[in-house]
Amino acid sequence: MNILYDEQVDGVLPDVDKAALLQALHRQWPDLEILHQLEELKPYECDGLSAYRTTPLLVVLPRHIDEVQGVLRICHERRVPVVARGAGTGLSGGALPLEKGVLLVMARFNNILQIDPEARTARVQPGVRNLAISQAAAPLGLYYAPDPSSQIACSIGGNVAENAGGVHCLKYGLTVHNLLKVEILTVDGEHLTLGSDALDSPGFDLLALFTGSEGLLGVITEVTVKLLPKPQTAKVLLAAFDSVEKAGRAVADIIAAGIIPGGLEMMDNLAIRAAEDFIHAGYPVDAEAILLCELDGVEADVHDDCARVRQVLEHAGATELRQARDEAERVRFWAGRKNAFPAVGRLSPDYYCMDGTIPRRELPGVLHAIAQLSAEYGLRVANVFHAGDGNMHPLILFDANQPGELERAEALGGKILEFCVKVGGSITGEHGVGREKINQMCAQFNRDELTLFHAVKAAFDPGGLLNPGKNIPTLHRCAEFGALHVHHGQLPFPELERF
Amino acid sequence: MGESKDFDDSAALLEQVNRALESATPLRIQGANSKAFLGRIVGGEILDTRAHRGIVSYDPTELVISARCGTPLAELLAVLDASQQMLACEPPAFADDATVGGMIATGLSGPRRPWSGSVRDFVLGTRIITGHGKHLRFGGEVMKNVAGYDLSRLMTGSYGSLGVITEVSLKVLPKPRACLSLGLEMTCEQALLRLAEWGQQPLPISAACHDGRQLRLRLEGGKGSVAAAHDRLGGELIDSSFWADLNEQRLSFFDEDQPLWRLSVPLNTPPLNLPGEQWLDWGGAQRWLKSTAEEATIRKVVGEVGGHATCYSHGLIDEPFHPLAPALLHYHRQLKRQLDPRGIFNPGRLYAEL
Repeated sequence: MNILYDEQVDGVLPDVDKAALLQALHRQWPDLEILHQLEELKPYECDGLSAYRTTPLLVVLPRHIDEVQGVLRICHERRVPVVARGAGTGLSGGALPLEKGVLLVMARFNNILQIDPEARTARVQPGVRNLAISQAAAPLGLYYAPDPSSQIACSIGGNVAENAGGVHCLKYGLTVHNLLKVEILTVDGEHLTLGSDALDSPGFDLLALFTGSEGLLGVITEVTVKLLPKPQTAKVLLAAFDSVEKAGRAVADIIAAGIIPGGLEMMDNLAIRAAEDFIHAGYPVDAEAILLCELDGVEADVHDDCARVRQVLEHAGATELRQARDEAERVRFWAGRKNAFPAVGRLSPDYYCMDGTIPRRELPGVLHAIAQLSAEYGLRVANVFHAGDGNMHPLILFDANQPGELERAEALGGKILEFCVKVGGSITGEHGVGREKINQMCAQFNRDELTLFHAVKAAFDPGGLLNPGKNIPTLHRCAEFGALHVHHGQLPFPELERF
Repeated sequence: MGESKDFDDSAALLEQVNRALESATPLRIQGANSKAFLGRIVGGEILDTRAHRGIVSYDPTELVISARCGTPLAELLAVLDASQQMLACEPPAFADDATVGGMIATGLSGPRRPWSGSVRDFVLGTRIITGHGKHLRFGGEVMKNVAGYDLSRLMTGSYGSLGVITEVSLKVLPKPRACLSLGLEMTCEQALLRLAEWGQQPLPISAACHDGRQLRLRLEGGKGSVAAAHDRLGGELIDSSFWADLNEQRLSFFDEDQPLWRLSVPLNTPPLNLPGEQWLDWGGAQRWLKSTAEEATIRKVVGEVGGHATCYSHGLIDEPFHPLAPALLHYHRQLKRQLDPRGIFNPGRLYAEL
């Protein structure tokens, strides 16, 4: 089924009189920047998931919170859907616009309002970039822990909306673990404070509910994050293995030894070779898998833990074991991993990044299944994992200019995610459902569970005007999707074998 | 694991909920009743969760444990302990037979909270009996999962007013290799200044409490960092059992001679100008107040610094939880109406309107 909004299965959207809406917005907010001509709208037709594009009805670029409130009120009165967008780096199409909807761009709210070293907090506007917070806090010896790979560009508002992760989640948590307070506007422009400057707040934990709600419950207008003291030291070990199974077992052995690394990443041979070719990080290109294990904290502890991890890795059958000798080498080891996506991108005209999570013990079986699917669909898959927390990013290589390859890549990706669900995992660890995984939500949740999600939505946005079609599929869509599954023979690409 | 007592009683729980839904009978969800002193006094037919018990899965290398709601918290902790692991949020039990379900429903965390995170931070997934009479699963046993709304964390600390939590999956962590506790004589003001300074440095502090006279600290981590921090901070060694006594409110400070209030305030809030005795906990973010001051006075002083106050003395006042702003209360009611349309789950426990 097509990923773009389909009124037949995603729900009928109200028809909007574009000219009248534009006029109403202009009349009330004469200084508000509004884009409405096709050539102005084009740059906003997709987010980080660029394979899917829709031209929005209008793009508004407010600079003041009262303008955001005004836009929401006018859209609510006129029943116009609103899609909020931060920096547009999301990988699941969460900010994919709607033809019948306004795209509300929050990127101009890019001020850091306050950094309080004694309270160890930063209060920022939603368009502030993730990395900018850590940069501003650095002179105080503090930083903001979650570090999605897009941290140079992605905005904190988007991080909250997606509950963004990164490579240090096992030890330092996701966005939800590093927030104190968010200010939001509801669908009709009402202001709510969720959380507080204290560590908890009375009533339901709406801060947790809103984190990762993908813009379906409200629009984030301000965020207060926790800051942490920078670890005194960080050391990285690189271990090579002649099988991914052994590397997977080594991960479990490290945890069993009572060690929680700051980062624990795995790459398979295709990813290793791509990264080495691109970055020259010094990776062993013959290895079937490598592990990167970063230990951070106070010098004495890190020294002890390095010795323990070395022993564990040797015992687990590492064919090669290296510790970065200095900061330059540490950065180089990481550079290979952090550039793994663009590196894989050089092997193929296009790649499609997946984001499933699995219980770690299932890793060998899942890798085996991915290899089989890869052969069956005739597309190469490179594997990059946040091994510590079981979050896998299989990268499917394809060529969008070859007719049918994108669809085949999508189908293969869907199969991988459904396999993750089957072994007790999830279809998305950190990229979000957005539009991309809307069909796989039907595999992850049953009808009653989806109904409860719709009930939560109804509590905040009964008219369904905030980011419709994202995150939670309609029961109608799932019925159609289920029907596809039952009638295998009727799937697209009947020439392909399936299981 | 006490396997003889392990039992899946979910069918009976679901049946009782469905009967209650049919007859619109309010239910009072109850485990060991160890935290009944928190919240408003409510009636209703008792839904006893204790028969639904047992650890469903635990693999130390996955850092995840799943248990049924009626499992005694002590049993779960003993199982973790055998693998040198722990619930880092240190939930207080308040009774020997306290259950895992009650721990999740109240969401209370212990002394390590500012450094490790709260109960909700460690919740990965739940099974819930809903107000639509269904037994559903949200979240899971994986560390990262952003599929759908985070209902598991919403349920945590909602005092059973949105559904019956029947099972929970929690992230667990290895126990620290080294632990020691220190006492340092100083005033409350000095303690707050020092804590603000230390908080900006990578020190292995994992608990900090001031009783009006002495600052007590717990250091946890590797042997090297704990020893180095001890050398630097000085102070006399104290028995680490202090922290469990504080957490379980077994210290004489907690004797019920005056009303007890829990104040949750921003980390670096100066000592609050309120009559009575005040202790600092959570490095300053949680204050225990024993005071006969008026409810309105306490709420005003705490509210002005951006915090909130909960009355821990059962039945003393009608609304023990801090009142919500009207707009926020409106959305609480909307959520309650959507998730518990017949209003059968612990009605009124949290607020009269819920």
